[in-house]
Amino acid sequence: MFDPEKLIRKGRPKGHIKEVLIRSLLAGTTYLIVLIAVLLFTRIIVDGAPAILSPKFPFVDLEFLTAKNETLHVFDDAQGTRHQLAASAYSRYVAEHQGENLYNEQTFSYSGGGIAGPIVGTALLTIGSILLALFFGVSAAIYLAEYAKQSPFIHAVRLAILNLAGIPSIVFGLFGFSVFVLAVPVLTSDPSDRSLLVIPLMIGNYAISFQGWNSSLMAGCATLACMILPVIITASEESLRAVPQGFRDASLAMGGTRWQTIRKCVLPYSLPGILTSSLLAITRVAGETAPIMFTAAVAAKDDLPWEGLSNPFGILSSQVQALPYHIYTLAARIPSSEYTQRAQYGSVLVFLILVATLSIVSMVLRARIRRKLKW
Amino acid sequence: MQATLDPKPSSPAPSAEVSVAIRDLCFNYGSSQALKDITLDLHKHEVTAFIGPSGCGKSTLLRCINRMNDEIPGTRVTKGSIHIEDINIHDPSVDVVKLRRDVGMVFQKSNPFPKSIYENVAFGLRMRGVKDKQVIDQAVEESLRSAALWDEVKDRLQESALGLSGGQQQRLCIARTIAVKPLVVLMDEPCSALDPIATAKVEELVWQLKNDYTFVIVTHNMQQAARVSDRTAFFYMGELVEYSDTKRIFSNPRVRKTEEYISGRFG
Repeated sequence: MFDPEKLIRKGRPKGHIKEVLIRSLLAGTTYLIVLIAVLLFTRIIVDGAPAILSPKFPFVDLEFLTAKNETLHVFDDAQGTRHQLAASAYSRYVAEHQGENLYNEQTFSYSGGGIAGPIVGTALLTIGSILLALFFGVSAAIYLAEYAKQSPFIHAVRLAILNLAGIPSIVFGLFGFSVFVLAVPVLTSDPSDRSLLVIPLMIGNYAISFQGWNSSLMAGCATLACMILPVIITASEESLRAVPQGFRDASLAMGGTRWQTIRKCVLPYSLPGILTSSLLAITRVAGETAPIMFTAAVAAKDDLPWEGLSNPFGILSSQVQALPYHIYTLAARIPSSEYTQRAQYGSVLVFLILVATLSIVSMVLRARIRRKLKW
Repeated sequence: MQATLDPKPSSPAPSAEVSVAIRDLCFNYGSSQALKDITLDLHKHEVTAFIGPSGCGKSTLLRCINRMNDEIPGTRVTKGSIHIEDINIHDPSVDVVKLRRDVGMVFQKSNPFPKSIYENVAFGLRMRGVKDKQVIDQAVEESLRSAALWDEVKDRLQESALGLSGGQQQRLCIARTIAVKPLVVLMDEPCSALDPIATAKVEELVWQLKNDYTFVIVTHNMQQAARVSDRTAFFYMGELVEYSDTKRIFSNPRVRKTEEYISGRFG
């Protein structure tokens, strides 16, 4: 009676073609996305590599990474040789070749020299805003997760924080401009004319003046910090909640105060999660253009932020260049030509490498901490 | 009134001296009443077992004694009092943090911190601000010896406590609790996740330590209550049904409900 031929039916099942179609459609979509990423990276690497690689040891064009940004001068000399010189080298050349005629001279803003200024500026903005956002964000997360009683009000607070995450970055830029650049109070002996309110103090001729921090590193960091606060708060709160309740119970039952419990038995174990959230935030902060456009960034700056300062805190109130803003400037403000490509693609490639390195470092760090803290 | 609960220097107490006195205690989770008029004395140098079916209020009562219920929003004591060494623990002048230093607790699920064995035992002392390494060293060794764990872990004090077996972890939690010399040790089903051999070790430990502490043990396991306790309280639906010597409860209970529970007719 047993006939395998009858039990195991041969041939294509019904709906086979539909299955195959759907499967290939889904696979195709996936690979299309990958293709886009591959094309993007290839283009940037192929065009950007000549700018930052060099045929000689150490195989990296250190000048591009360490030199300041300058205007590029392109010209033919009397012998017909084409020169591409950054502004400072150009003026040296002109001084050495007095009376010589230069032909076909063209200038390209921002395209000469290197990108030390934007790199340093982005690093400072990132570090500053992450520190600020971590301090405020983790404090808020601890309050929400450990202290606050679950009430409709706290629910509303949480919702408000979540909504903050949906605000477009340009709005944060304008907010930062109107608050940090124009309105926050500063202690000064010389209030500005456009100060909103001056409260004279009795000490010396100092006054508290609501005149803002101007466009400065400080204002940029504060704006960026506001932008990433919701991400950090939400993720930190989640990782605080992920710490087993047993740790808190044990510590409290042994006569730990609430703060001791949090500091010794909760915070250390939620650190990997908090780091993850700040990793996401770092890449976002480093990449945003809109919030710093009005608050911190300048297209051209001759000095690095710490140069020419009377005191070390002056760095906080100096303007900076920033990589994303620099890329925007290179792409939108100057005509594209074969001479600007080096700066354009080089900057983008450096930027990508920087962000990727940050991500990888944070991921490795997180994996290591996670391996150490297991329960 | 003293705010702290330091043990009073006294001559060796008779075994019936009251350590914790619970009077007419009513306790609510929100609007539902979890404990109804509980009156109960816990005695020094004795082990008292709380038994009863799930949801009968025995764990709730246990957590009232060190006010761990304060951590749960919406709960409150609606009536009655708990006195430990003649101090009302709900008095506003009592600091709950100090109270818990005198009333230790071991949880159902062993919860050592993901730190070294040494740091786990030293934790309570460190939180109290003890810095002297010698004092801590000594307390760690003493507590681990008391918890019958010293011989098993003395060579790996710096290793993670999470490498210990379940039974060892639970004994470590006991060592951690007694390292700070509390008056009362509360145990919330300490053996429910342990195998019989580890359970026997914990029970033996409780039996050996009872001369120094007042033990309260919540258990689902009636044989355990019979083996380990001097007195047993049977709870049902938030009420204390019967409280007397363990021998008596298990051989000749006065109340029918107790007998039914003990003989396994419900629960």
